[in-house]
Amino acid sequence: MHTGEITIDNITKIEGSAGLKVKIENDAVTDLKFIIQDYRRFYTEAVKGKPTMAVPAFLSRICGTCSVAHLFASLKAIEQSQGIELTPQSKLLRRLAYDGLMIRDHALHLYFFVLPDILGVDSILDIPDDESLGHTLLHDSFDIKRLGTDITNVTIGAAIHAPIPTVGGFLRLPDPSKFPELISRLEAIRPVVLRGIKTFFDWPESLIRNSDYMYLRNNNQFDFLEGDICNSNGKRTSSDQFLSFLEEVIIPYSQSLGYTQSDIHKDFLVGSLPRINFNRDLLHPRTRADAEPYLTVFPSNNIQHNNLAQAIEILQCVDDAIDILKTIQINPDEKPVRVPAKAGVGVGVVEAPRGILYHMAKVDDRGLIVDYDVIVPTSQNQITIENDLKKYFNENLQKSETELHHDAEKIVRAYDPCMSCSTNFLKIDWIRS
Amino acid sequence: MSEDTQSKKLVAGWFSFTCCEDSTILLTELLNDHLDEWKKVVDFRYLRALKSHNSMENLDVAFIEGAISSKSQAEEVQKIRANAKYVVAIGSCACTGLPSASRNEFVSDQINDRIKWYMNNFDYSQKVQKLEEVIQIDDRVPGCPMNVQIFNTILTKYLQLLNITAA
Repeated sequence: MHTGEITIDNITKIEGSAGLKVKIENDAVTDLKFIIQDYRRFYTEAVKGKPTMAVPAFLSRICGTCSVAHLFASLKAIEQSQGIELTPQSKLLRRLAYDGLMIRDHALHLYFFVLPDILGVDSILDIPDDESLGHTLLHDSFDIKRLGTDITNVTIGAAIHAPIPTVGGFLRLPDPSKFPELISRLEAIRPVVLRGIKTFFDWPESLIRNSDYMYLRNNNQFDFLEGDICNSNGKRTSSDQFLSFLEEVIIPYSQSLGYTQSDIHKDFLVGSLPRINFNRDLLHPRTRADAEPYLTVFPSNNIQHNNLAQAIEILQCVDDAIDILKTIQINPDEKPVRVPAKAGVGVGVVEAPRGILYHMAKVDDRGLIVDYDVIVPTSQNQITIENDLKKYFNENLQKSETELHHDAEKIVRAYDPCMSCSTNFLKIDWIRS
Repeated sequence: MSEDTQSKKLVAGWFSFTCCEDSTILLTELLNDHLDEWKKVVDFRYLRALKSHNSMENLDVAFIEGAISSKSQAEEVQKIRANAKYVVAIGSCACTGLPSASRNEFVSDQINDRIKWYMNNFDYSQKVQKLEEVIQIDDRVPGCPMNVQIFNTILTKYLQLLNITAA
């Protein structure tokens, strides 16, 4: 295309609503806007004045697919504000539940959203009922997702808006008699997951840009819930200093804020790709052994390898869940840790499926929320996505508009963005600036 | 059974507005167990979460998730209503407005000032509305996310109403 405009009103097979506008003049992209379109719900304002006990369950409603990530980040923030230290059992059970979240959430993205691109069909609904690999992979996805959901059902009561986790622990403890069946199914699913890993490894799709990365690292284990904030430039700090890494950017055409790195003012990427790029030495030994042929491509700057990284993380979570289920000894008498309300500030940082998720709670001495803040991965990736698209379009303008459209969607999809997540928050400072 | 009867399917659309899309995620979970069965009796003509090529023309049933936050969203659901024989409100935000309508209760001047920036830069309506305040609905599936049992009952109801059975 020499001159003209390409508009994608709604990018499909993602969570939420986003669009793209590209202006091309004389064989060059003169303007490109990646637009997050979901309307804001102002939840961080809505929680002000609410008791801390009610807030995590409310904020899990930020997102349908990664509600457990928001729930746990909020619980961490409030627990830190109140000086509550979880018991080892509660920490382990949250880790197990989180394995379930990652297994289901990654499988949804990989098999329901990305797999049709690999198979050359529009949708999973178009995969024929035959003996093809596509049909096998689709049915693999049902088994993987169902298993992830069942892990969360057993540990926290539901995969979406789980009712059991509470400030200080769990309202009800899981029934250990259900563990052996989960262990058997997890063992049985390993070759199925490996078939998916090979599929995403074999997909030649590529977009390489030398991005910077940010990720959580716990030197003791591959961890989504505990660790320091690190970036690819060697900076490392405790997770409650996360804000010091970031610089807010107003994107007037988008319903979400964007972010760059505070020191070098450049975009950065969060998600599975940086986690595997920088933490693959910490993967479970069984995962590392069986995924070894596929780990050879990392570290990678190919954003499409975010898909492969997610597939490897599914296996990591399967192996981690097996270990926990085999070894945990549930103390049925354990109750949630509770303390008298006090004024305080707490930060909860976790690796959500799509990258680093930050919750901050400021609480008064009556235990009511005074201020709350949330920064989600899709907001952090927003500028990087736009810059990837600019690079892609500038290098591929000879392609047909149909190809450009399709490829642009594949690039956005690789990030596994979630627009529902990215439009719940209200910041005042930059509005005044 | 005639070929015509065998190929008859419920033409369905699934739409999301202001919400966390938890019912859409739950729908993708239900597909783990029901995809093969539903493909025989349901034509998902509009399902943006799973399809690139979507159409809202001549729908038998439109399942609509989420609350309505703007004039453009209101116009969109009116268009869906005009194209669908039946409309089902899906999940708490569509059925009651909440929790997406939390901003309706904001009262302080400070908060109103903050929200004003967004209201001026995008087409937010003054109040977030439940679906029934914008268009007529025929059924509702409450819950956050939607209640699966009620959803299955309502889906079965429309399959029977339109005389659709698996071949």
